[in-house]
Amino acid sequence: MIEDLKDKVVLVTGSSTGIGAAVAKAFGANGASVTVHFNNSQSEAEEVAAEIQRLGGKSTVMQGDVSDSAVCARLVDDTVSTFGRIDVLINNAGGLLKRIPIDEITDDMFSKLLHLNVRSSLMCTRAAAAHMKTTGGGAIINVTSIAARHGGAAGAVLYAGTKGFISTVTRGFAKELVKDNIRVNAVSPGVILTPLHERSSTPEMLEGFKATIPMNRLGEVDECTGAFLFLASEQMSGYITGQIIEVNGGQYMP
Amino acid sequence: MFDLTGKVALVSGASRGLGWAMAQSLAQCGAHVLLNAWDKNALQERADELASKGLSGEATPFDVTDHAAGAAAVQAAQKKHGRFDILVANAGIQHRAPIAEFEAADFERVLATNLTGVWALAKEASKVMIPAKQGRIIMTGSITGMLGCPTISAYIASKGAVHSLTRQLAVELAPNNITVNAIAPGYFATELNTALINDKEFNDWVCDRTPAGRWGQLDEIGPAAVFLASDEAAFVNGHVLVVDGAFSVAM
Repeated sequence: MIEDLKDKVVLVTGSSTGIGAAVAKAFGANGASVTVHFNNSQSEAEEVAAEIQRLGGKSTVMQGDVSDSAVCARLVDDTVSTFGRIDVLINNAGGLLKRIPIDEITDDMFSKLLHLNVRSSLMCTRAAAAHMKTTGGGAIINVTSIAARHGGAAGAVLYAGTKGFISTVTRGFAKELVKDNIRVNAVSPGVILTPLHERSSTPEMLEGFKATIPMNRLGEVDECTGAFLFLASEQMSGYITGQIIEVNGGQYMP
Repeated sequence: MFDLTGKVALVSGASRGLGWAMAQSLAQCGAHVLLNAWDKNALQERADELASKGLSGEATPFDVTDHAAGAAAVQAAQKKHGRFDILVANAGIQHRAPIAEFEAADFERVLATNLTGVWALAKEASKVMIPAKQGRIIMTGSITGMLGCPTISAYIASKGAVHSLTRQLAVELAPNNITVNAIAPGYFATELNTALINDKEFNDWVCDRTPAGRWGQLDEIGPAAVFLASDEAAFVNGHVLVVDGAFSVAM
């Protein structure tokens, strides 16, 4: 139990499945109040919310497409009206959509992915920071990717670009918001067994990724949660801001 | 979460400053901590302090530049406790001089502690961790190892090399389920930095230059070591965890 996470109010976007779901449950296990957000997977989100309560936390479920900026603002505002405040924002919602070569990247595809991965994160941050400023601070944790540095595996260059954007604004907003006692950091997962890879990577691709990881295995979602808890806890990481924690088994190091 | 109960850890440079802070945090999370430094009396006081708080530790004095002594200490710990889980290779020294006046002997002396001393302890730790098929090695790097800073050529070179060594050993030891990471502190209010904190010009520079606007406090470094030593960081490998109030991301 991380003492200072108890009763903290945490919004985890995209927390019905994958890393987001594991993170939401981990905060629940530490006594936090968690907004479980989903877009499509309602029953999974409700299951995560129920599990959080079994673990001793509080939870609520909210639906919305974060590609829509009004939804981002609403998720933050509804979290504040439900739990009274927001202490931690985890900008986890995002996706790869589809592996495509450059000649298949259309304006529509570009907008869709940028709004899903980039604008959503900015708009949630904008809304949450406004609340955090009035309550003495908070922690914002973005989810970037190993792809932000290596440019992405096959067909994932646009995705990698969106994550590069996230890594950059993590550093920039850390500096902008530090005066308001808001810390901004990111977690950068490597190849973690998630629905993203179930949808977008073939078993052959996953074997190929594994061969490039010195630990000779892919990561599990539960192995990402510690970095989020660490970065959310003022007690544990009060002097850390503007940083990106890589969770990749040594696959690719700065 | 972040529970180190039953683990055996060795922290070098543990008589004061960041090393002592990290040792305390590891002990608070349940580890038995072998406190290492060359100053036997200071270490015994620290071990007594741990005991008075109900924490587990023991003084393990040796000089990290004496590689045989380090090897003996690691072997003895393994024999006595039946395990050796965590190495925090932290001991380091500083020497300031403009490059034109920097004596080669001083350069070699800094490297011997900050780099070769770290390498030698990591080597000894690997000998007991490889057969156990588990282990955590954490090295103290520095944000200066990523940046430039006047008059500390030996220190910067050593810390940059520690970051490289972290990545190299991470790859080499990963197949044995051993992770190797570094912590890169920014400017911390340690005992050794007292003169700098009291120097108004330097203090103003640190506070203006650091976006957080202040020095790091000693209780803000230990949890980073706990995180990297914990099961929760099992897939974090080859990482340099920067703890610097955003110093290194500011211009």
